Amino acid sequence: MLIDQLFNGLSVGSILLLIAIGLAITFGLMGVINMAHGELMMVGAYTTYVIQQIFAHHAPQSAGMYFVIAIPSSFLIAALLGWGLEKSLIRHLYHRPLDSLLATWGISLILQQTARLIFGAPNVAVVPPSWLDGGIHLFGAVFPYKRLFILCLVLVIVFFLYMYLTKTRAGRRIQAVTMNRPMAACLGIATPKVDAYSFAIGSGLAGVAGCALTLLGPIGPTIGTYYIVDAFMVVILGGVGKLAGTMVGAFGIGLISTFVEYSTSATIAKVIVFVLIIAFLQWKPSGLLRLRTRSLD
Amino acid sequence: MNKRWGYWLFFAALFLAPFYLTEFRLSLLGKFLCFAIVAVGISLIWGHTGILSLGHGVYFGLGAYCMAMYLKLEASRGHLPDFMEWSGVRELPWFWKPFAHPMVAIAAAIALPTLLAALLSYFTFKNRIQGVYFSLLSQAVVVVFVTLFIGKQEWTGGTNGLTNFSTVFGFSLSSPLTQIVLYWLTAAVLALIFVMTRRLTTGRLGKVLIAIRDAENRVRFLGFNPTVYKVFVYSLSAAFAGVAGALFVLQVGLISPEMMGIIPSIEMVLWAAVGGRHSLMGAIMGAIVMNTAKSFLSENYPDLWLLLLGALFVVVVLFVPKGLAGIYESLAAVRIKEKRGHECEARVDVS
Repeated sequence: MLIDQLFNGLSVGSILLLIAIGLAITFGLMGVINMAHGELMMVGAYTTYVIQQIFAHHAPQSAGMYFVIAIPSSFLIAALLGWGLEKSLIRHLYHRPLDSLLATWGISLILQQTARLIFGAPNVAVVPPSWLDGGIHLFGAVFPYKRLFILCLVLVIVFFLYMYLTKTRAGRRIQAVTMNRPMAACLGIATPKVDAYSFAIGSGLAGVAGCALTLLGPIGPTIGTYYIVDAFMVVILGGVGKLAGTMVGAFGIGLISTFVEYSTSATIAKVIVFVLIIAFLQWKPSGLLRLRTRSLD
Repeated sequence: MNKRWGYWLFFAALFLAPFYLTEFRLSLLGKFLCFAIVAVGISLIWGHTGILSLGHGVYFGLGAYCMAMYLKLEASRGHLPDFMEWSGVRELPWFWKPFAHPMVAIAAAIALPTLLAALLSYFTFKNRIQGVYFSLLSQAVVVVFVTLFIGKQEWTGGTNGLTNFSTVFGFSLSSPLTQIVLYWLTAAVLALIFVMTRRLTTGRLGKVLIAIRDAENRVRFLGFNPTVYKVFVYSLSAAFAGVAGALFVLQVGLISPEMMGIIPSIEMVLWAAVGGRHSLMGAIMGAIVMNTAKSFLSENYPDLWLLLLGALFVVVVLFVPKGLAGIYESLAAVRIKEKRGHECEARVDVS
């Protein structure tokens, strides 16, 4: 039973992490709250749906392989959308974080309604690839392959993101801008460019998250709003600007909420987890881990 | 002087509305005035103090639920409310009992939202958690309350909310006269809150609030404690939302979790944004204009409405951050300039 709960917690945490990691980049780097993040997820989910439909109609013999193509394509499409969003809208609002929150919320409404007009309001089901059916039986508990797959996917993404941010030139530029924007600009980093592509990466990761969510259940135009608030809580709890903080935050919230849910009920669990977050912020107002800067206002 | 006359005219027109509007239109306007009360509160915290709250739906909802509990108990005439019977509750829960008394319900409709807002804002502002962090936390409050109200169906009526009321203080809610009295009450409350908030914001306190909005740390260095001010205005605006909720449920006769969710909460912010967040009268106008547009468009073109709402957010934020009031002010400024220009010319002519 304990193992079951533990695994559930990790699974929920991995989903939260997958969603929050894109947020951590956009939020951490630019201080922009992207309320359309959930809808970028939805874009990824619908991309997966379309690709699965194409495979089912044109190449039924290799239908199970659609997922291999779906992951990169949902990344690309969401990233492209995010890039366009940054270029056209968000870059005008860097100095007004509260306004950027409202504007991106407007974008999220538009995207939701567009999805509703194209795909219809009811949820659509994506048939998961057959090679992810079933699970491993271990210690008297069942570990479904789908959830294991998501867990692995998240770990792989975190690993690559970490390598990207610390070992490549482009990644280190992102870090430099995160730490001290004016100084980075003085040293010759084209901060607008960095903003644009890191926003694209963050959005692309949202797309991958959406793609992974199709494994867990049917998807609809409002799928993003289910998760987005929790994902923001993860970022706040974890602290801005550090991947490790986001990881601890996501798995922490995942584990705590499944255990509380198990001993009480889903509704009470939401209340308790929120109160715990507020209580935690009394102790560490800026989250678990955060980049140390000396800037004040 | 000019401005003051405008205000008098506006409120006079509101009070006389029962004489020139049909019953249906009047009930709509009454509803919009409740929203305008919320918008004044949002203008106070957002336009003047720089706190963006995405949680005002909860305060509005709490106020409405408190009033609705009293109305529900009065409508059930000593029996258990119908939805409780359906969920198999045998006895009235203890926290429902005091609401049989209308005064308790009205007091709670103001006190509960204020208390919740005070707790939330104290524990976040005390730790200097500001800006977008606070906005996101206030949004999380919405999620918590909506799931709670839907989940505890046996106590709150679940997704259907509370409805089917009959009387208030023994007067039938469906009679036109009661509705007109309630409308006047709403207009009076709006006027009162407007005057009060205007006093607050034009005085010394208003200056401190604007200073907090523009540079909180500097205010702190000058020896003020911004936390106290922020907690105060935030709780005050929650109280406004609570009052508005109570008035809303009296006129509309329904409150459900859907009306306090994430989207309604953020729409409240949009009212203030469209009208002009820095202007109290702008916020009132914004609430009325936006809701008139909504009731027209969402009935005739429901698909289009959401697209339009989304686009409106983007357009207002990007191009007219000062809203309707800003447009009006810049027009007025042009007019004054022209006038002065003519005066100058005239003087030149004379000399």
